[in-house]
Amino acid sequence: MSRYIGRNVVRKDGAAKTAGTARYVDDLTWPGMLYGRTIRSSIPCGEITGIRFDFDRTGFTVVDAGDIPGRNVVSLIMDDQPCLANRVVRHTAEPILLIAHEDRERLLGAHVEIDYRPASPVVDADTATQIFKRVRIEKGSLDDGFGSADLIVEGEYRTGHQEHLYIEPNGMLAVPGEGGVTLYGSLQCPYYVHKALCNLLDLPADKVRVVQAETGGGFGGKEDYPSILAGHAALLALKAGRPVKIVYDRVEDMLATTKRHPSIVRHRTGVKRDGRLVAMDISVVMDGGAYCTLSPVVLSRGCIHATGPYRCDHVRVDGRVVMTNTPPNGAFRGFGAPQTLFAAEVQMERIAEALGMDPVRLREKNAFRAGDVTATGQTLGPDTAAIDVLRATVARSDFQKKRRAYRGTNRGIGLSLFFHGSGFTGGGEVYLASKASLELTPDGARILVASTDIGQGQRTVHAQIVADALGIPFDRVEVEAADTAFVPNSGPTVASRTTMVVGGLLKRCAEEMRERLGKLSPREYRRKYGPLVITKQYEPPPGLVWDDETYRGSAYGSFGWGCEVVEVELDPVTYEVRPTRVITAQEVGKAIYPLGVRGQIEGGTAQGLGYALLEDVVMRDGAMANAQLTNYIIPTTLDTPPMDVIILERPYTHGPYGAKGVGEMPFDAVAPAVVNAIRSLGIDIRQVPATPERIMEAGRAGTRD
Amino acid sequence: MLNGKRTSVRAHPMARLLDVLREDCHLTGTKEGCGEGECGACTVIVDGRAVNACLVPIAQVRGAKVTTIEGLKGRHPLQRAFAEQGGAQCGICTPGMVMAAIALGPNPTLAEVRTGLAGNLCRCTGYMGIYRAIKAAGRRLPKRPLEPSRKRQSAKRAARARTVDANSATVRPATRPGKARFAGPSTSSGPPRAASRGGSRERGREGTVVAQTRGTAKGAGRKK
Repeated sequence: MSRYIGRNVVRKDGAAKTAGTARYVDDLTWPGMLYGRTIRSSIPCGEITGIRFDFDRTGFTVVDAGDIPGRNVVSLIMDDQPCLANRVVRHTAEPILLIAHEDRERLLGAHVEIDYRPASPVVDADTATQIFKRVRIEKGSLDDGFGSADLIVEGEYRTGHQEHLYIEPNGMLAVPGEGGVTLYGSLQCPYYVHKALCNLLDLPADKVRVVQAETGGGFGGKEDYPSILAGHAALLALKAGRPVKIVYDRVEDMLATTKRHPSIVRHRTGVKRDGRLVAMDISVVMDGGAYCTLSPVVLSRGCIHATGPYRCDHVRVDGRVVMTNTPPNGAFRGFGAPQTLFAAEVQMERIAEALGMDPVRLREKNAFRAGDVTATGQTLGPDTAAIDVLRATVARSDFQKKRRAYRGTNRGIGLSLFFHGSGFTGGGEVYLASKASLELTPDGARILVASTDIGQGQRTVHAQIVADALGIPFDRVEVEAADTAFVPNSGPTVASRTTMVVGGLLKRCAEEMRERLGKLSPREYRRKYGPLVITKQYEPPPGLVWDDETYRGSAYGSFGWGCEVVEVELDPVTYEVRPTRVITAQEVGKAIYPLGVRGQIEGGTAQGLGYALLEDVVMRDGAMANAQLTNYIIPTTLDTPPMDVIILERPYTHGPYGAKGVGEMPFDAVAPAVVNAIRSLGIDIRQVPATPERIMEAGRAGTRD
Repeated sequence: MLNGKRTSVRAHPMARLLDVLREDCHLTGTKEGCGEGECGACTVIVDGRAVNACLVPIAQVRGAKVTTIEGLKGRHPLQRAFAEQGGAQCGICTPGMVMAAIALGPNPTLAEVRTGLAGNLCRCTGYMGIYRAIKAAGRRLPKRPLEPSRKRQSAKRAARARTVDANSATVRPATRPGKARFAGPSTSSGPPRAASRGGSRERGREGTVVAQTRGTAKGAGRKK
């Protein structure tokens, strides 16, 4: 019997976070600590021709690319990004030099003059020629598909950059010692940082230690970027022989760190008169920014989700992610899927409009059922829940009645249907080969994983899983800090994999531990046999096969399913759109910590509303022109409407207690639901953020047919 | 008075209250999210009003009563409710959010909470968990603010009573700041406009504070 699974325990970190005693990186100090600062390029593209220091360098530590003992790269996928620019700069705010001083005022007052020979930057992704990655997914024959279509609907959809805006900016503290360095930082993936630093510093694995400090939000923004920042802090600390802390202020964080990839997605869909989809030809262009970072996998997930949760026999998805001279874009909740799902769901709405068909019926007709085959050739399992979430949301929201009632008013209502693959794409989990350990303590057990709690509740959910699997009270389960000196590599805390994959490993650890204990209490076992640590490694579920060359096979172990209905109100004078209500049903396999699931859904939805309506990253000459909270607007209490959340559970056979991932999905298709609600007012908008300016333009262009 | 204790610090008069709290007083529960009075992560209570500590020069709180999250000693019903009801996820906005919620007084309506917390950004919860927490805490809070009574109490109890006093009673502003700021003409579309664009940033509660310094707060204690 489960005592904790599915119950709302009090989260493990609740007391410290509400008391203000949780220690974030900026709360840490070290004797003799220096503050570090990054000198960055002020042009988007060119060559450095000279560097002048216009300050008294006494007491300063200065680091440039020449001080790097190992390889000057931020190790990730392509190793194309230098930790410090050497001669060439490829984007504004690219790190060139590092300086450190114990006096912050003096550090900030130091002026470094850099001369450049500027080159002309690439800023338009659509025409950019340097391609980081191309993805092609093919199923059936487009000729056959379009040949049998009664109607063809085409459309182009665009999404903008988005800033993560975790409330705690990026920060890192490096402490040198014993021939190596220890990093304390705000981060999601300790072992990504660890690998990057071993390469950068040319140090063996045991000389680099990475410890996660309490982390004030991540959303993907602390997946890859901390590797650069850790490199900077470590280089300064090793050169100075003293601890160095670098914490970005908000402006620097917004200017320099990664954002969500902007996208242009083009659809050409063949459809029968009765609404059946017969052909989908989709092209995806994503703007990767100046360096590769995680772009190939963002594109990959985007392309796999590009069809939306709909069956179709003839599909082609052709995607590319390109280089532009803007700061690199990276991971952000949803990881490419929100961009393509936006296009898919607005396209579906336009197909319904073109057919004169009810949008719910069109979706119901085409939505994936168990046994259907996706564009990559994956046969969907019995936990497929597209129809369930659609019906639950439509019923709860009174969608049809409201749609009729709002006709001719300034109120609109829109809908989106979506899915999200849990865990790494394709063979990613096999490649990661994650490990998790469980250690017997006198009272119970201690969890040893490199997964990080970035607010999503990892500590709590993992402890619930272990408590139930081991049959001990929740309070007797401790969670070790994500510290590479003590925990095995459980893979990164990304891709909605922490509960499903790492939680699954912990469940296996706990089950074996329970078996070993037999009738003994932990204390008795330790007295009799000594310490006990059990480690388990990821094994793919049987039948999960993927080919990275052809993009055929099972892209994910399982998918979560969601449907969103958003009601809006348009101000006819200012063209502001205000969301007034959100109703959403999301299927998550098993809600281990229901309050946490609800928190993910509500928070992801709010972030999605920002993406849809407010959050406009203005890029001017390759730099963010509104890099401050005064004019980059995220939803406040007053911008966030009441939300009605329905959680559905269709257990996944290979997830712990049936759990799938939930972290990203709630973000995935808020934007199309908002845009479809605006469309229901007769305004042909196909781009987010749907700012008042864009809505006004679309309104002026005439109401849609 | 800082968290009920007489406190004196030696600092540049224009040093930010936020830095003095965090660095000189070692009270790191007050967080910095933006340094420009937009996010509210640094909210503390000064003489009963919620203020952004990143915009207040230390000179301005001379002789004032300042309460930070540490002053609640983890015992305020709101703190427990935030932990229990999903009001805290990553936790970085939580101390400021709790202080701002305290400044609303006991049992605020949802509309009062929404306007009163509009200067505190949370990126994790979508605010729903925060509303649930404030509602739940309301059930534990006395309906009327407690009057501090120094008589017939042991020293320990007296200390606790002072905490309650600082948290829920005397800190309550005579008029709720949210109301004063937002009770503008309501449009036909219902509650106060969310001001999704430019205008929304007029919501920061620091306005008056800056004004009191006759403009001197500008550029005060620039961030590190």
